[in-house]
Amino acid sequence: MNRPTGRRLTAAALTVAALATAATACSSGGSSSAKGDDSGTYTVWDPYPQFDRTSAWAKLLDGCGTKAGVKIKRTAFDTSDLTNKALLAAQQDNSPDVLVVDNPVVSTLAEAGVLTTTDDNKLDTSKVDPNLLAAGQVGGKTYGTPIGANTLALYYNKEVLKEAGVDVASVKDWPSLTAALEKVKKAGKKGITFSAIGTEEGSFQFLPWFWGSGAKLTELDSAQGVSALSLWSDWTEKGYAPNSVLNNTQTTSWQEFASGDYAFAENGTWQLANAQKAGFDYGVLPIPGAEGGTAAAPTGGEFVTVPVQGDTGRYTTAQRLVSCLTSTQNLYDTDTTLSYVAPTGEVQDKQVAANAELKPWVDAVKAAKGRTSDDLGTKYPKISEQLWKAVQTALSGSKSPKDALSSAQDAVR
Amino acid sequence: MATVAPPPRRRTSQQWAAWAFLTPVTLYLVLFYAYPLYRNLDLSLRDYTVRSFVQGDAPFTGLANYATVLDDPTFGPALTHTVVFTAVCLALQYAIGLALAVFFHQNFRLSATLRALFLVPWLLPLIVSASTWSWLLNSDSGLVNAVLGAVGIDPVNWLTSPSWSLTSVIIANIWIGVPFNLVVLHSGLQSIPASLYEAAALDGANAWQRFWRITFPLLRPVSAVTLLLGLVYTLKVFDVIWIMTKGGPADSSTTFATWSYQLGFGNLVPAFGPGAAVGNLLVAAAVVFGLVYLRVQRKQART
Repeated sequence: MNRPTGRRLTAAALTVAALATAATACSSGGSSSAKGDDSGTYTVWDPYPQFDRTSAWAKLLDGCGTKAGVKIKRTAFDTSDLTNKALLAAQQDNSPDVLVVDNPVVSTLAEAGVLTTTDDNKLDTSKVDPNLLAAGQVGGKTYGTPIGANTLALYYNKEVLKEAGVDVASVKDWPSLTAALEKVKKAGKKGITFSAIGTEEGSFQFLPWFWGSGAKLTELDSAQGVSALSLWSDWTEKGYAPNSVLNNTQTTSWQEFASGDYAFAENGTWQLANAQKAGFDYGVLPIPGAEGGTAAAPTGGEFVTVPVQGDTGRYTTAQRLVSCLTSTQNLYDTDTTLSYVAPTGEVQDKQVAANAELKPWVDAVKAAKGRTSDDLGTKYPKISEQLWKAVQTALSGSKSPKDALSSAQDAVR
Repeated sequence: MATVAPPPRRRTSQQWAAWAFLTPVTLYLVLFYAYPLYRNLDLSLRDYTVRSFVQGDAPFTGLANYATVLDDPTFGPALTHTVVFTAVCLALQYAIGLALAVFFHQNFRLSATLRALFLVPWLLPLIVSASTWSWLLNSDSGLVNAVLGAVGIDPVNWLTSPSWSLTSVIIANIWIGVPFNLVVLHSGLQSIPASLYEAAALDGANAWQRFWRITFPLLRPVSAVTLLLGLVYTLKVFDVIWIMTKGGPADSSTTFATWSYQLGFGNLVPAFGPGAAVGNLLVAAAVVFGLVYLRVQRKQART
């Protein structure tokens, strides 16, 4: 290496100069390239990449656009991608006019100042079930309206239960459920499968049991919380639930159930279509609370929101678009395609009238609770991360449920 | 810095042409390497919340994110796992790769075909290999446990037991990395003159002695390159671990790479600052070993 040093230094200096140019170019370029000068085009982002241009959802969007006298430009993102995309767009002052987003994300985006409140955008949320709307409320303000809801319940395989001599009507609380699992195991079948993976999905699946015990997210290590985690860890220890739950997503857990060996599976509304394809007789049962009754399951499903715009005049049209999307008939159509339960009592009744199988799901959604409700907002994600870690720690046997939850509670503080 | 100006030895027009030729690569490096690195450094030195990320007014907090990361109970285990993962993978990948290279160097019939087949793990997309491994190692329905059961061994919770998860991802990663070692070492073997082996054979050296006295010493330059490249590759392994265990259960297979992702993207509220800090620690480690690589290469060029 004996090149002249001077040249190398110049190269370095040039690089630094170019770097500075590139940096300034990037910071000034973003803001002006907003949604195009065409004020007659409105952008909509949604997390439904499975729906292409010919789908009912896309046609509904276009139809609502035509009604409001504007053109719709729709972009679909993967749901895990959408939060970061929305944050980045807001950073560049380039937010879409209408954003359909997973409900626990609403409070995060609201905290970031990305979303308008219903005071600003004049959305009417009076018909929506309050327990569903709560996921989009932070500090007394509402940041959108749900397009539909899903939640968790227990699917059961009627054949397996019959073979094991279990009457499903006897499953009313945790002891009776555990007793049923014991019988199933004795009959040589497998008990229950769920997802206890180390992501948000794991917390989502654990919450019905956590809430069903009477525990609160603000106090993870309460006696009730410990009892819920002990229920799960006892199941895996005794072999009522497979060890693979620790690595199961909700999809892989469903595949285990679809094999036909399992008596129960904790899964969501969105598996209904797959359940009909499974090839065995199944039933659905709301998740029982510790001492009976129906446990509150967390709500899933998306919110329609109106992000903050530089040009506040756009809100009027955005509001008309959202009202159209969430009108009674359109909600019914959309929620049928998505296999969701509608957020308003009126549409729920219509859904049950058309398909009686939805009845247990409507009940479960009525008892459900938003993860970010109780004014937890952006505190929820931190709590949830510790919660799924505690579940993993306890089920893998590294710590007792009590120790796992108390270190989780310490980490949240 | 800029005190030493280029000596005006050459004609300026020629120099301008030289710079013009350099521009594309410089721009490329700046846009795709320097700027992202600078942004990542900047992220790690500021206190980003979702709000300040959007408003762009995150306060400068110096090394606070690094302090947070160092204080985190995950730091110790993540460091240990990163070191163990890298060291074990590297050692075994190299040993197996070398053994296979020597084996295939004998040029028996079908050796070329077999060698090509050994490349498959290297050619498969990581998501395919990692998902396949996680199916094979599934506690209840995996093939590995079924085979173990058939010979009377109790099933092992490969991916779901804290004492096995790191081993499992190491096994999968070794399987993926062996072909690379095999190919590089095999090409190294071909540059060793056959006459040396003939001479050794005449002197009565057995196969073992020929390996330790000829093959191994003459392969040293190639080995050094293989090991150093392997080290940088292994240090940053993310996909395999994330797909197989998500770093769990209970952080038992978390390395710096997965931890950084977990902090930045694994949660509904991203912790950009600490995530970037962990990423930078990883970059720093890779740079150190990269420099070692350059040094070794220069030393070799001189000898």
